[in-house]
Amino acid sequence: MTQRENVVFVDGARTPFARAKSLYAETRADDLVVKVMRELLRRNPNVPVDKIDDVAIAAATQSGDQGMNIGRSASLLAGLPSSVPGYSIDRWCAGAMTAVTTLSSAIMAGAYDLAVAGGVEHMTHHPMGEGVDPNPRYLSERLVDPEAMQMGMTAENLHDRFPHLTKERADLFALASQEKTAKAYANGLIQPDLVPVAARSAELGVTLVTEDESPRPGTSLEGLATLKTPFRPHGRVTAGNASGLSDGATAAILASETFADNHGLTKKMRMVGFAFAGVEPEVMGVGPVPSTEKALAKAGLSIQDIDLFEVNEAFAVQVLAFLDHFGIADDDPRVNPMGGAIAVGHPLASSGIRLMSNLAKDFEMNPQAKYGVTTMCIGLGMGGTVIWENLTGSN
Amino acid sequence: MSTPENPNEVITHARVRYIEMPLGAGTMALITLDNGKDHTRPSTFGPGGLASINTALDEINAKPDIAAIAVTGKPFIFAVGADLSAMSLVNDPNIIASFGKLGHDVMRRFGEQKVPTFAFVNGAAMGGGLELALHCNYRSVSADAAALSLPEVFLGIIPGWGGAWLLPNLVGPANALEVIISNSMSQNKQMKPKDALRLGVMDIVLEPADFLEQSILWAAKVVKGDIDVARAEIDRSTWDAVVEAYRSQVDARIHGATRAPYIALDLVAAAKTNTRSQGFDAEDEALTDLVMTDAVRASLYSFDLVQRRAKKPVGVPDKSLARPVKKVGIVGAGLMASQLALLFARQLKVPVIMTDLDQERVEKGVAYAHGEIDKLLGKGRLSPDKANRLKALITGSTSKDGFADADFVIEAVFEQMDVKKTVFAQVEEVVTPECILATNTSSLSVTEMASDLKHPERVVGFHFFNPVALMPLLEIARADKTDDASLATAFAVGKGLKKSCVLVADAPAFVVNRLLNRFLGEIIHCVDEGASFADADAAVHALGLPMEPFVLVQMVGPAVAQHVAQTLNGHYPDRFHVSEKMGELVSQGIPGIWQWDDKGNKTLDPRVAAIFGDSPSTMTPDEILNRALIALEEEARIMLNEGVVSEPQDIDLCMILGAGWPFWLGGITPYLDRRGISKAPFLPRGIASVPA
Repeated sequence: MTQRENVVFVDGARTPFARAKSLYAETRADDLVVKVMRELLRRNPNVPVDKIDDVAIAAATQSGDQGMNIGRSASLLAGLPSSVPGYSIDRWCAGAMTAVTTLSSAIMAGAYDLAVAGGVEHMTHHPMGEGVDPNPRYLSERLVDPEAMQMGMTAENLHDRFPHLTKERADLFALASQEKTAKAYANGLIQPDLVPVAARSAELGVTLVTEDESPRPGTSLEGLATLKTPFRPHGRVTAGNASGLSDGATAAILASETFADNHGLTKKMRMVGFAFAGVEPEVMGVGPVPSTEKALAKAGLSIQDIDLFEVNEAFAVQVLAFLDHFGIADDDPRVNPMGGAIAVGHPLASSGIRLMSNLAKDFEMNPQAKYGVTTMCIGLGMGGTVIWENLTGSN
Repeated sequence: MSTPENPNEVITHARVRYIEMPLGAGTMALITLDNGKDHTRPSTFGPGGLASINTALDEINAKPDIAAIAVTGKPFIFAVGADLSAMSLVNDPNIIASFGKLGHDVMRRFGEQKVPTFAFVNGAAMGGGLELALHCNYRSVSADAAALSLPEVFLGIIPGWGGAWLLPNLVGPANALEVIISNSMSQNKQMKPKDALRLGVMDIVLEPADFLEQSILWAAKVVKGDIDVARAEIDRSTWDAVVEAYRSQVDARIHGATRAPYIALDLVAAAKTNTRSQGFDAEDEALTDLVMTDAVRASLYSFDLVQRRAKKPVGVPDKSLARPVKKVGIVGAGLMASQLALLFARQLKVPVIMTDLDQERVEKGVAYAHGEIDKLLGKGRLSPDKANRLKALITGSTSKDGFADADFVIEAVFEQMDVKKTVFAQVEEVVTPECILATNTSSLSVTEMASDLKHPERVVGFHFFNPVALMPLLEIARADKTDDASLATAFAVGKGLKKSCVLVADAPAFVVNRLLNRFLGEIIHCVDEGASFADADAAVHALGLPMEPFVLVQMVGPAVAQHVAQTLNGHYPDRFHVSEKMGELVSQGIPGIWQWDDKGNKTLDPRVAAIFGDSPSTMTPDEILNRALIALEEEARIMLNEGVVSEPQDIDLCMILGAGWPFWLGGITPYLDRRGISKAPFLPRGIASVPA
């Protein structure tokens, strides 16, 4: 094998995530990602914008204000030179993660030196399932359980598969997510990654969104226990132990390590490896298990080598399934130290980069940590995992 | 506060949000001005809107711990000033006075807060909108703000919500007058954001993509003292001299024909020593005084004609009847034809073929058009690709065969009936039966031109004004047999050329040239009878026309002027005067009446004096003007009786757009009415005058 280039995560940023049908209802999706890209580049003045080899922006629904090849369109709207190309990318929830891995592949191969990845999901403008047209063969040939199309139902299915992952454990995990997020906010750990957004409301006027809207710092176990289970009568999945519908955008700068060194770019993390894997669509939440196994194997690492985890919290039960598989405690402090999507929300295709920015912050707070994992489940039965190495202190 | 009411007001609401500024700069009260409509209905201020701002400020001022107050607009619009829609209905000066005072009382609060105030000018800011921004302590502007101006003087009024006092005290009298006077009197020129920055009207230009976020960050830095907003020192010792220099320029141009610029100059002069309150009171007084004049009502009427009627011509067949025009033919390759070729190619972006009798003329015509495209390319107004495209569209030929698939052919040949009839007959041999045949004639009968054709129904008059690229008016004449589809096509083409089209009957010289020539003929008649040229030119100063009559004759060329006069005299010998002495001047080849020395002083050409004599004037300028206006009144009335146009409004629109006659005349019929020249009013009271 020829020697491959190392990929470094230079920096990441995101908009505060808003609840769907709320703060960003009158703000365009492309404007959200454009504001993040511009602020990210402002914060990294050493990045030579004319040398950006490509821009990949993910969105799960690629129409309207997330259409028109949003990768290219956002680049033009952000004021990047017209010589910088761009493309759009989709792997549902793992869109931004895939933007990162795909661009990184090109960097590893030596084709690219510098790239911008991003993701956006405006779930107000593009509700889940907007415009989908499932092939009737899914039903006629029973290719997947009809419940596989409803993410909440797949989470209930996980509870069925792993009966010991009870609603009580899910609620407890959700409560911890809220508490860790509140603490991270109190300690000012989350705010530096946020790009304030001036959002218009014709009725209320323009406001400046500076924090995630979804967190409920006062959440209690008793409160969680009373919530409805919308996906099944007497089910286990509630609005409290799942991520909420959200609007938001993320972006990150990636570079080859050589390029970063030559241009004096910050190096927060080095990519060790990545993998994606498929599972039965009706239990899509378990996807991170095989993808992590695969990524670890390819990297020649074991789960014991991993010091920190950023696991997307689409549903509490799906995180618990992952932890359970690897023998990690529900409340292991290495997992989602700043909370997760249950508190801050999950604007589908954007979340992958939020995990990476969080991991970079986790590394910064834990300089002794060497390896970290970002992983997430993906609708229609997949998981994605990226393993990173801590470069805190290398700059 | 007493508030005049307008039940139809589209209220611009002042929505308040409290936001945390970055850098720990504290809480900002952010007001968004939003009338709930999209950008095609910009936010304006009526009594309800002003009250909403006042309430917002009351609420903000009742809160503790506010570190800054800012105001911004809805997408693409900051605010475009007073709601003028109700103004023309007002006949009570107290209502105007209280509306002026209400605006001052509300807006001045932005300049008298205990905390810094900011305007984030995210889009168009005109008149009272820009004044609101000027009341604030600091201003950012988005690099894509489409229109920034104080257009009041253009409308015959004055900046009446603080602008006339605030702006000179912010940027000095010279820069203030550039905005208040020069821009307003240059067809209401708008500042670009970088102009506003250069003039000191704005403090910083920020990129549109994250304009508000960056404005808030900038404000936070200003609040914290991290940024010191630099303001140029105002030289108060030269203040009076600057204002007086402007006054001379204004006077040389309009000779007192409208009061607004003079009053604006007075206000700016007084702003040197006036306190804020004195300045604002003076604005209220001046505004009330002006708005209660018929001249201002005529200006508002003119503005409405240009804004509305010019875009929606009256009496035109439905546009759905129009046929597509995918290729244009031009008969002739002279200067006019070449300019038309350029205009059609640039605006319609379809092939344009010019024809002429010999190859040399054809090549010259095409070369002219291509040369003009190269000039635009050189100035960076066209990209190389666009220039290539346009050049490829414009071709020439000595044969008319290329017209075979044209949808619209216009002739621009010598102004003689038999020549034009021959040309049309030749063109008809080649073109399809539906191809429009248009004539750019200025004085010949379109009906007669069409009379021998197989398909006279496709002939229209299509009368441009020189220079065709710049003049906004197009008179479109319907001949006796013109059908609706052809007329609709002609209007669609005119709109495609971005001209304001007015439907006129096929009558000699249509509207603008007929009235101008009747007017000019009467003035020349006065000179023939013993008035001096100097008095004749001075006579029209009271109107503030763009050009004195004999300067106009000189520009057009006495030969052309005489030819048109003879043509019209042929149609209406009793009313259109032909001067034998002018004929003598033409036959001697004298280029004009006046000679100019290198300082720009004009003297009578001695050869002209020899023809006309140089004895003292037998008429006063007032007498000359009166005769000219009486003639105009008579001609306008005859034209309306003949149905040349359907309403006085069309006459006025034509004079504003085709002759450049000023807003304060209301074109012309409102002026004739208010001077008492009209035998009966052209317009009911209240349309272009103060209602009874």
